[in-house]
Amino acid sequence: MKLRVRYSKLGKVRFLSHRDVARVWERAIRRAHLPIAYSEGFSPRPKLHFGLALSVGHESVDEYLDIDLREPVPLEGLPEALSDCLPVGLDATDVAELPPGVASLQEAVDLVVWRFAVPAGSTEGVERRVAEVLDADELLIEVERKGKPQQLDLRPQVASIEVHDLDGDDDLPPEVSDLATAGGLAVIAELLTRPRSVRPGELLAALGLAGVDVRVRRLHQFTDTDGVRRPPMAETDADPAPALQGAG
Amino acid sequence: MTSIWSQLEPLLAKVQKPARYIGCEDGAPDPVHAPHRASWLFTYPDTYEIGLPNQGLQILTEIVNERADGVAERAYAPWTDLEDEMRAAGVPLFSVDTHRPAGEFDLLAFNLSAELTYTNLLNCVDLAGVPVRTADRADDDPLVVAGGHCTYNPEPLADFLDLVVLGDGEEAVGEITAAVAAWKQAGKPDRAAFLAELARIPGVYVPSLYEATYLPDGRLDETVPVHPDAPDQVEKNTIADLGDWPYPRRQLVPLTEVVHDRLNVEVFRGCTRGCRFCQAGMITRPVRERPADQVRTMVSEGLARTGYDEVALTSLSTADFSGIEDVVRDIVDDPSNDGQVTVSLPSLRVDAFGVGIAAQIQKARRTGLTFAPEAGTWRMRQVINKLIREEDLYSAVEAAYSQGWRRVKLYFLTGLPTETDEDTLGIVELAKNCVEIGRRHQQRPSVTVSVGGFVPKPHTPFQWFGQNTNAELQRKIDLVRDAAKRHRGVEVKWHDPKASVIEGLMSRGDRRLGAVIEEVWRRGGTFQEWSERFRLDLWTEAMANAGLEVDWYVYRHRTEDESLPWDHLSAGLHRDFLWQDWRDALAEVGLPDCRWTPCYDCGACTGYSIEHVVASATPPAGGSQGTGQDLASGGAVPVVLLSRPPVGVS
Repeated sequence: MKLRVRYSKLGKVRFLSHRDVARVWERAIRRAHLPIAYSEGFSPRPKLHFGLALSVGHESVDEYLDIDLREPVPLEGLPEALSDCLPVGLDATDVAELPPGVASLQEAVDLVVWRFAVPAGSTEGVERRVAEVLDADELLIEVERKGKPQQLDLRPQVASIEVHDLDGDDDLPPEVSDLATAGGLAVIAELLTRPRSVRPGELLAALGLAGVDVRVRRLHQFTDTDGVRRPPMAETDADPAPALQGAG
Repeated sequence: MTSIWSQLEPLLAKVQKPARYIGCEDGAPDPVHAPHRASWLFTYPDTYEIGLPNQGLQILTEIVNERADGVAERAYAPWTDLEDEMRAAGVPLFSVDTHRPAGEFDLLAFNLSAELTYTNLLNCVDLAGVPVRTADRADDDPLVVAGGHCTYNPEPLADFLDLVVLGDGEEAVGEITAAVAAWKQAGKPDRAAFLAELARIPGVYVPSLYEATYLPDGRLDETVPVHPDAPDQVEKNTIADLGDWPYPRRQLVPLTEVVHDRLNVEVFRGCTRGCRFCQAGMITRPVRERPADQVRTMVSEGLARTGYDEVALTSLSTADFSGIEDVVRDIVDDPSNDGQVTVSLPSLRVDAFGVGIAAQIQKARRTGLTFAPEAGTWRMRQVINKLIREEDLYSAVEAAYSQGWRRVKLYFLTGLPTETDEDTLGIVELAKNCVEIGRRHQQRPSVTVSVGGFVPKPHTPFQWFGQNTNAELQRKIDLVRDAAKRHRGVEVKWHDPKASVIEGLMSRGDRRLGAVIEEVWRRGGTFQEWSERFRLDLWTEAMANAGLEVDWYVYRHRTEDESLPWDHLSAGLHRDFLWQDWRDALAEVGLPDCRWTPCYDCGACTGYSIEHVVASATPPAGGSQGTGQDLASGGAVPVVLLSRPPVGVS
């Protein structure tokens, strides 16, 4: 049996690295007594498969993890049982059985929605620069590849950008507006992952926000097929709201 | 309650490995501060990765938090990048549990496990906003406390420490908590009088109540109390029965990478092998085993609670634990462990018995095994009382290679008392022979030789020995390295002896080094135990500025009549026992392990009316290490104590 788990990463634990999170999950799965499958061979490893890495310092309300099990387990109550074995700020929000042949998380996701919370005092010119980026034909950035600088055009991978006031005027969902930054802005950006994932920091730099203490949070990951967006796992009725109290 | 989290959070975006500053570990305390509770900030003066696994601090944190009159949190030294950000933003040292400023605690308590962390201690006190010198502190400033192995000679830090706790902390921490809680409720009047009151607690040493005087030739004259409440000699604390203290009950499970990232269960405290270079073995006597059933319970409950897949059975020589084979088998075979639990032993006995236990544990992943013969010749091993015969080592290595291990690592010390080049080259000879044994079983066996420079430590028989110079240690390392080049399969690794000079300086130094530590710290010399940050030049310059000589402190042999800076502190060992053991060492005479043989009155049991707590009256089957003889028959004194005249020290 294969499981796909949806989870959130909020608050202090946003400073954990991708590897840290993987280790935390391994221990949580053992503590929850899930019969996880191990790889064969000289040094057996538990079979866990993660999706797109989340950078150190970034939060998310829409992370995924696939787990291979040796035998089937009942799914009822499993998100809560896993959350009990995870640290504050990491919470399993949904679990589903994965049918055979489903694409891996790395293959499945091709669009990510990000929220950038820009603090009051750093908001000047943000809306104008967003409009400029959207109007432009190209958005060139310099990256290093094999030790050599190289130019990349981000523009084709920027699907949309919206700007909202965080003053409570907007009817924003809690995962967007929970940050208490009166006078701040929420920039919501939809970024494509192919051919190369746009890193949130690259877009922030293009918006003149490099060096600003912007809170980055992943809101959604989608499979985009001809404009139809589907989440990596079907929504279930038992979908509890992400635990946002961990956010600080 | 105050928290600096909101000030810290923006800084964490700018530093390496920010996860080490967030706390959130499973098992972390949920501290409740109150005016009637004495608050401790247990601080490890090195990075989180090194400090978090420290069992001593975890044990003490739990014990204090179980008390109605105490509360405890933890802190670690911030790495230099965060320190710079904190100083620029005015953020003080903080606890990782609730991110409370360190200056708001009643006690800043440091674990001192390594001499090279001393400048970090000053830096942490300063980052807490507390004056680094005791003399400059106000009544309500936190009390700066230290415990751990280095506190058996805390004199170089005497100017900076309000109190020092010698020995096992489990009981003393409770008594200090009660006293500080009462003092706190009284409004913290008269700090000096309160410190004198604390000096009456067994194991508590208050340096400011003592005065050190010096002879015209620069040697120490004596260290004597200048307050009527201060004892002439401070005795260490020793808990009689480890079974009464099943801590940590909730070992911390870190969220980010640390050293020793596994469950740790201490199976016994103390060691009576009597290795003469080993301070830990001397100062932690007698041997107190944890009951085997308690070990099993702590392992099974600990694994279930933490989700770890590895448990280390810790002690100074775990293979000597009574019934070790049964305990290991029970853990490995426990069905609830899913067949995926690894047991690790921090040190392996150098004989086939040790390898037998390793074989039980490591059914798969047989890559490397480590042994510590410590010296290259039998003569040298008699001097240091590490009585492994060559046959013991070869049978261990034979067992290892024949059972599938491919790499053997051997630990050695160089710069030992009476060491000749023949002894030093004996290291390579042993390694070469081990490779040859390996060729009988493996295609390409390899032996890694790790060489460390010997640093004499207080409260050991070698406390009188003048350390080899930096140049001499380097010469010996080069000797080993060059000789090893002629032998395929032998690889040599070594530690830079430069840092050993300063480790030796602090190890046996006196109060006059306080000015040196302070100057090195003020000039940025923190994290000196990290080779890339170690600055020998800062130390030598600070010594010169203080009018002191490194050579005199580090390389000079001491005589029997010389007052030593730690003479007023006792680990229970009689000075004449240590002196006799030093003479025996020079006479190449070995001493048996008193766990299984008659007492030779070192003082550690008799002085405190306690005894070894050992479940088995006979040593583990096949045991020979420690005596050079087969002790399986049990009981008999196995070593002939030669009556050769002692050799003088040059």
